[in-house]
Amino acid sequence: MAEEVVLMKGNEAIAHAAIRIGVDGYFGYPITPQSEVLETLAEQKPWETTGMVVLQAESEVAAINMVYGGAGSGKMVMTSSSSPGVSLKQEGISYIAGAELPCLIVNVMRGGPGLGTIQPSQADYFQTTKGGGHGDYHLIALAPASVQEMADFVGLAFELAFKYRNPAIILADGVIGQMMEKVVLPPFRPRRTEEEIIAQCPWATTGNKGRKPNIITSLELDPAIMEQRNLHLQEKYAEIEAKEVRYEEINCEDAEYLIVAFGSCARIAQKAMEHAREEGLKVGLLRPITLWPFPSKAISDRAQQTKGILVVELNSGQMIEDVKLAVQCRVPVQHFGRLGGIVPDPDEVINALKEKLIQK
Amino acid sequence: MTKEDIIKPENLVYQKPRLLNDNPMHYCPGCSHGVVHKLIAEVIDEMGMAEKTIGISPVGCAVFMYNYLDIDCQEAAHGRAPALASAIKRLWPDRLVFTYQGDGDLACIGTAETIHALNRGENITIIFINNAIYGMTGGQMAPTTLLGMKTATCPYGRVPEIHGYPLKMTEIAATLEGTCYVTRQAVHTVAAIRRAKKAIRKAFENSMQGKGSNLVEIVSTCNSGWKMTPEAANKWMEEHMFPFYPLGDLKDTSETK
Repeated sequence: MAEEVVLMKGNEAIAHAAIRIGVDGYFGYPITPQSEVLETLAEQKPWETTGMVVLQAESEVAAINMVYGGAGSGKMVMTSSSSPGVSLKQEGISYIAGAELPCLIVNVMRGGPGLGTIQPSQADYFQTTKGGGHGDYHLIALAPASVQEMADFVGLAFELAFKYRNPAIILADGVIGQMMEKVVLPPFRPRRTEEEIIAQCPWATTGNKGRKPNIITSLELDPAIMEQRNLHLQEKYAEIEAKEVRYEEINCEDAEYLIVAFGSCARIAQKAMEHAREEGLKVGLLRPITLWPFPSKAISDRAQQTKGILVVELNSGQMIEDVKLAVQCRVPVQHFGRLGGIVPDPDEVINALKEKLIQK
Repeated sequence: MTKEDIIKPENLVYQKPRLLNDNPMHYCPGCSHGVVHKLIAEVIDEMGMAEKTIGISPVGCAVFMYNYLDIDCQEAAHGRAPALASAIKRLWPDRLVFTYQGDGDLACIGTAETIHALNRGENITIIFINNAIYGMTGGQMAPTTLLGMKTATCPYGRVPEIHGYPLKMTEIAATLEGTCYVTRQAVHTVAAIRRAKKAIRKAFENSMQGKGSNLVEIVSTCNSGWKMTPEAANKWMEEHMFPFYPLGDLKDTSETK
């Protein structure tokens, strides 16, 4: 049977994928431009089919702490929100990272700071990749550039989250969340049984049958033990950095100029690159898929052959800091960004490339 | 000769609950926490739920509840315990899920989580230790601090013009449709301890029978924070706390639900 292709929004794809891959619980709170995730789940009523719990919480703070509870009990749980709501979730995210629990957070970014705008933005890159909450921790951050990747990354995020006992985040934006595209949804997979959960998560608070009590906590008052816990986290992060970097390269083999962009900006940059190629400019696109771990080595390797790199973002220059760290000043690295919910067209990107790198 | 040889089972009138382990408690002498921990341990064991219970500890003195009770526990962020418990109970409906929270945790920073979990009728029990002060951080004003009471952050006494009024969360909880059993107890006398244990048992049974949410407030002493001897603290609690926080059931629909 041929794969069924459906047309839907990125936010809807997140909800359908969650039901299909056997997510146990979703806890959310309405906020534009991601409300379709909760709306789709409510409309689909998965509690009658797969048994998935769907709960509209009293706040984003409560929603992420419901995720903390559910994740601690070994269940596959997730939440979604948009920038101001994700700021509220940072406390819980820090606890989840500290207690080393697997879960999925989806941020469909909008413009800030503050209440900002409901239009798309990528201004939460720092918040996502540099911490956000308190303490030394990292989220595994996936940046989808299509509705298909919105659907695919739900499963990937949970796979990585459980593999490393670490929270994962899908960092999308209002374009990817609201845009309708063709998508092939993942096949149905039953939710894990109680026995499967206990076997997969022997650390979880499932009730201490035949074992010592399990404790889920991020607290340790003895600094010597707390340092060891932190060192353990850092070892885990080093392993993730070594094994889980994902990125896409398009037309990079002969590229004299490289554009680095993620998410919706990568789609615009790809069109800009195609137009530039028609003009005879050898431009390539490197799209980080994991924002943490960041594809530093891939960018560093490509930098060798280029005359300059343009980082295109829907912000004032955030990912460019990681690109510059990777390039180590060997070639010029310039930034082009639009702010506050404005999305650039491909010509603006080409003009920026010419002005900032080629004509210099 | 073993302990069992000396103490014949038929002569045994009291023993430490099985689920209360031998870790030395960090609670101050005279504090109510130890007694309430013991009651919870007894009730869980008597209900045969030792292998199916998940407790949520708060931020505050009882943060280390998990060090003393031999059950699975999860430590919440300040005030968020009812959110954790809501999710765990929905995801594991056949488990006994309860939170254990102090007044600052439940009635201040976690007011929203507490009211909404209770109002959704989550099949959980909230054990609420109300000692009218922040114990762990060193005796600051709590949402339940009585008017006139002196604390580190109202050293001249709580006055409504500056600090507002003490909050009666249990009275609020009794007005919520989602609650099944709302009661206020104490553990300062043997008789009170027996009543408190019955209340905890009823609340835990209600949550296992899907009757809605349950709140058991225990009006407690914090003799260190109150800067009194344990005995004086009990007397002060009777004279000052009980008139404002009167003991007894505020709502009980256990039989009708």
